[in-house]
Amino acid sequence: MKRSSMKIDFLYKGVKFLLLLLALVVEPAFASEAANKETAKEEKFNPGEFIFGHISDAYNWHVTKIGKTEISIPLLVIVKSQSDGWFVFSSAKLHQGIEASHHFEIAHDGAYKDKLVEIVDGRQVRPLDLSITKNVASLLISAILLLWIFLSMAKFYRRDPMKAPGGFQGAIEVLIVFMLDEVIKPGVGKGYAKYAPYLLTLFFFILINNMLGIVPLFPGGANLTGNIATTMVLAVLSLLIINVFANKEYWKEIFLVPTMPSWLRFPIPLMPFLELVSVFTKPLALCIRLFANMLAGHMIAMVFMAMIFIFGAISPLMGTGVSIFALFFAIFMNLLELLVVFLQAYVFTMLTSFFIGMAHPEPHEAHTQAAH
Amino acid sequence: MIMLSTILLQAAASATSLAAFAKLGAALGAGIAAIGAGIGIGKIGGSAVEAIARQPESTNDIRTNMLIACVLVEGVALFAIIVAVLAIVM
Repeated sequence: MKRSSMKIDFLYKGVKFLLLLLALVVEPAFASEAANKETAKEEKFNPGEFIFGHISDAYNWHVTKIGKTEISIPLLVIVKSQSDGWFVFSSAKLHQGIEASHHFEIAHDGAYKDKLVEIVDGRQVRPLDLSITKNVASLLISAILLLWIFLSMAKFYRRDPMKAPGGFQGAIEVLIVFMLDEVIKPGVGKGYAKYAPYLLTLFFFILINNMLGIVPLFPGGANLTGNIATTMVLAVLSLLIINVFANKEYWKEIFLVPTMPSWLRFPIPLMPFLELVSVFTKPLALCIRLFANMLAGHMIAMVFMAMIFIFGAISPLMGTGVSIFALFFAIFMNLLELLVVFLQAYVFTMLTSFFIGMAHPEPHEAHTQAAH
Repeated sequence: MIMLSTILLQAAASATSLAAFAKLGAALGAGIAAIGAGIGIGKIGGSAVEAIARQPESTNDIRTNMLIACVLVEGVALFAIIVAVLAIVM
């Protein structure tokens, strides 16, 4: 009796997994169907606009297009004009004419292309822009998701510390224990408990945001970690945590290495300068690595789907033929993207923990002198 | 090689805007970056597979280290891609 119920349990889990996978791969199928319908109309397909429209930030959240009507969620615009003070209004007003939107509009060309500008004396002026754009809304959604997951896990452990977790909580615990034992403890060394909260938060933040980026439907699909502002903030935080809490020995090893020949230090301090540059380039590499990987993954998926539309514009038959190959390629690239999502979160956390570990070196002099 | 540079020089002299050359350079750069990534990751994969053949018990450790090294090499190739995208867009 127990055996068969376990098999049915497994079957349900398998079906749920397959449905989840199907949700991931169903978007290219819709693309091929839409392309064959599009060739009947006269709209010219612009691949650059299609790709960059999906990847970059926007003032409304475009969900889908059913038939001819676009369904998009208008987000809040919060700007402080240089002359008139604060304005808070819905971004739907931006498309209703310049009077309705308080003299703000989205620039079509010029230096501030696709950004919110104010027309002052005929010139485009950029106001102080604190709007809730698509990326900010995605950040808020993922923050709420993270808080929900981890606060409920904490409540579970507090209620009964000795009980073994199962299901979703078990999965998260596996990830946490994996990161703690394989990455944070060996990377940071002694005193890892002080940095473990930041490093685990970093890992799960990057993981959840990356994963929300590849889900095509709302509330996912906003590509937050493919925005260099986000990754730069993460890298700056890592820079601060590595360097502000570093040992005195660490700074001595950068500026006053005792074994360095003195010509490298005086008159031109070449080596200390290079070491200082390396202090900044390590977090910069972290930032660009995460940003470029996420952006490239998205662009590749978008390019394959755009190929269906491009070939469909030439002739419907070519569109159908290409769409089969493009479908398989897009599915394959999406699955590869899933692997990249995990790896990038893992590598960011691993490198940060190694850098933190390297920032607390043991002093060498004491040992060598004791040996003598 | 000389013919190629002559052709490029003629094209540059008679061009109204040099944005097309930025795109040419960017595309070539992206291609070379792909070659670099391909060679690097190919070497990593090759030695990883050899090591697994020598000692199949340590497959998991080797696979972990191979993936980490691949991510770092891929990161470098993507720096070049970012430069190429900047050359096209700016």
